[in-house]
Amino acid sequence: MRNVGIIMRRELASYFATPLAYVFILIFLVLANALTFYLGGFFERGQADLEPFFTFHPWLYLFLIPAVSMKLWAEERKSGSIELLMTQPVTLWQAVTAKYLAAWLFTALALALTFPLWITVNYLGKPDNGAILAAYLGSLLLAGGFLAIGSCMSALTRSQVVAFILGVVACFVFLLAGFPLVLDLFRSWAPQALTDAIASLSFLTHFQSIEKGVIDVRDLLYFAMLIAFFLFATGIALELHKAD
Amino acid sequence: MIKTEHLTKRYGALTAVDDVTFQVGPGEVLGFLGPNGAGKTTAMRMLAGFVTPTSGSGSICGHDIGSDTLAAKTALGYLPEGAPSYGEMTVRSFLDFIADLRGLAGERRRARLDHVIEHLQLGGVLDQTIETLSKGFRRRVGLAQAIVHDPPVLILDEPTDGLDPNQKHEVRTLINDMARDKIIVISTHILEEVDAVCTRAIIIARGRIVADDSPAGLAARSRYHNAVSMQLEDPSQLGAVRAAVAALPAVAELEVSERDARLTALPRAGTTILPALTELAARQGLRLKELHLESGRLDEVFRTITA
Repeated sequence: MRNVGIIMRRELASYFATPLAYVFILIFLVLANALTFYLGGFFERGQADLEPFFTFHPWLYLFLIPAVSMKLWAEERKSGSIELLMTQPVTLWQAVTAKYLAAWLFTALALALTFPLWITVNYLGKPDNGAILAAYLGSLLLAGGFLAIGSCMSALTRSQVVAFILGVVACFVFLLAGFPLVLDLFRSWAPQALTDAIASLSFLTHFQSIEKGVIDVRDLLYFAMLIAFFLFATGIALELHKAD
Repeated sequence: MIKTEHLTKRYGALTAVDDVTFQVGPGEVLGFLGPNGAGKTTAMRMLAGFVTPTSGSGSICGHDIGSDTLAAKTALGYLPEGAPSYGEMTVRSFLDFIADLRGLAGERRRARLDHVIEHLQLGGVLDQTIETLSKGFRRRVGLAQAIVHDPPVLILDEPTDGLDPNQKHEVRTLINDMARDKIIVISTHILEEVDAVCTRAIIIARGRIVADDSPAGLAARSRYHNAVSMQLEDPSQLGAVRAAVAALPAVAELEVSERDARLTALPRAGTTILPALTELAARQGLRLKELHLESGRLDEVFRTITA
């Protein structure tokens, strides 16, 4: 546990050592607010809630989260620092978890900085703050899921650009797993059970219920298992390729 | 104690390290020599727990590198090839990070950090980011990282690569200072380094150990072991001297360089020729610029063994 904390702190500090972190947070805040007010019609709806804000998160994350996760392992492999890290008295799983948690904390910070919107909606009306809190949690879980996928893609390559593209594609597939765009690929040849299983993996369906303020244990379990699976896959990918 | 038994690493059809078995004890400084691509780095990476052996085993201070990896890593200080680190960190925060991972705390942590900063002369660059440092400084940061927890075993992959002669000298002095109570393995392809710091040398070629000896023992394998080299003041005497030296029964071979009037006489195995040559020089009244006895040429041995 101690090692996880040490590596996580170093990793988190490294985000802020370059302008990247500030650029990312700025773009996230600008886009999140612009989408809420222009596409979401925050004022025109005349409702005191944050639905027009959260609705766009999956699409925002689709491009922004792989940008956060792309450097997680690709950079370590490219610079060779992975050899330094893995020859310290730490386990592979501590390193995988620590770096992932650092990326997650970073996105949590970006998400937390959207609080003026929450203040605005409370100033304008009487929103259901419990539902808003649940939606924030859902958004954080969604980001966590995307990050876990991104971490795995980053472990597969030494190039951050490749990691980014792989990340966007993989996240896109998971995001739309429940929609015809993805399902039609499988429907023609795969058995119904498999198609249904793929449909049930969709981020969007699991996110949409939490976004409306309904926290279902099954949704939480879904995100937890998805994250665990992709972190495990990250570890396997590293074990196989770290010294290449 | 470092031990390896039949350590082997294959990448597909390529055998990078092939059945390597050796032991290194306290007080020894082992030089790992070999041409580029011979398997030095792979062997060291296996000992450091970064690469998993295909077969065979190894241990650091009794801790198996496969089953007791964390304990083995704890006993080890390791400088990876090229001394990689985190470029965006300052030297100070990087060393703090490593000290934390190594579990250093309190007074000992301060003392150890002060020690490595002083010995590797990092005081002036503590607040610079590592990516802005020169190659020499980066290498020293890598070395500082490897010794900060005062490990009983050190594995250093090309510790002096890319350093200027002064920095090389400093690093060798540092290694010699630590050699008394530690086990040190360094890899290098600089042969002068073997003489300068190593008590023992292992030469590997194509993944296999082809020689395991002391530097003096290796030099003794040279054709030039106990050879005598002399340079004449008067080049015109070269012809006569050449015939006289070649006639000596103990001389096996004679190399002559007309450009600088130098003769190198190679002895027959197990004989010494220095007394015979000094006597010859005295008898013929030769004036010599230089006369010396060679202990053997490591580069020649290296080439013969690894070719």
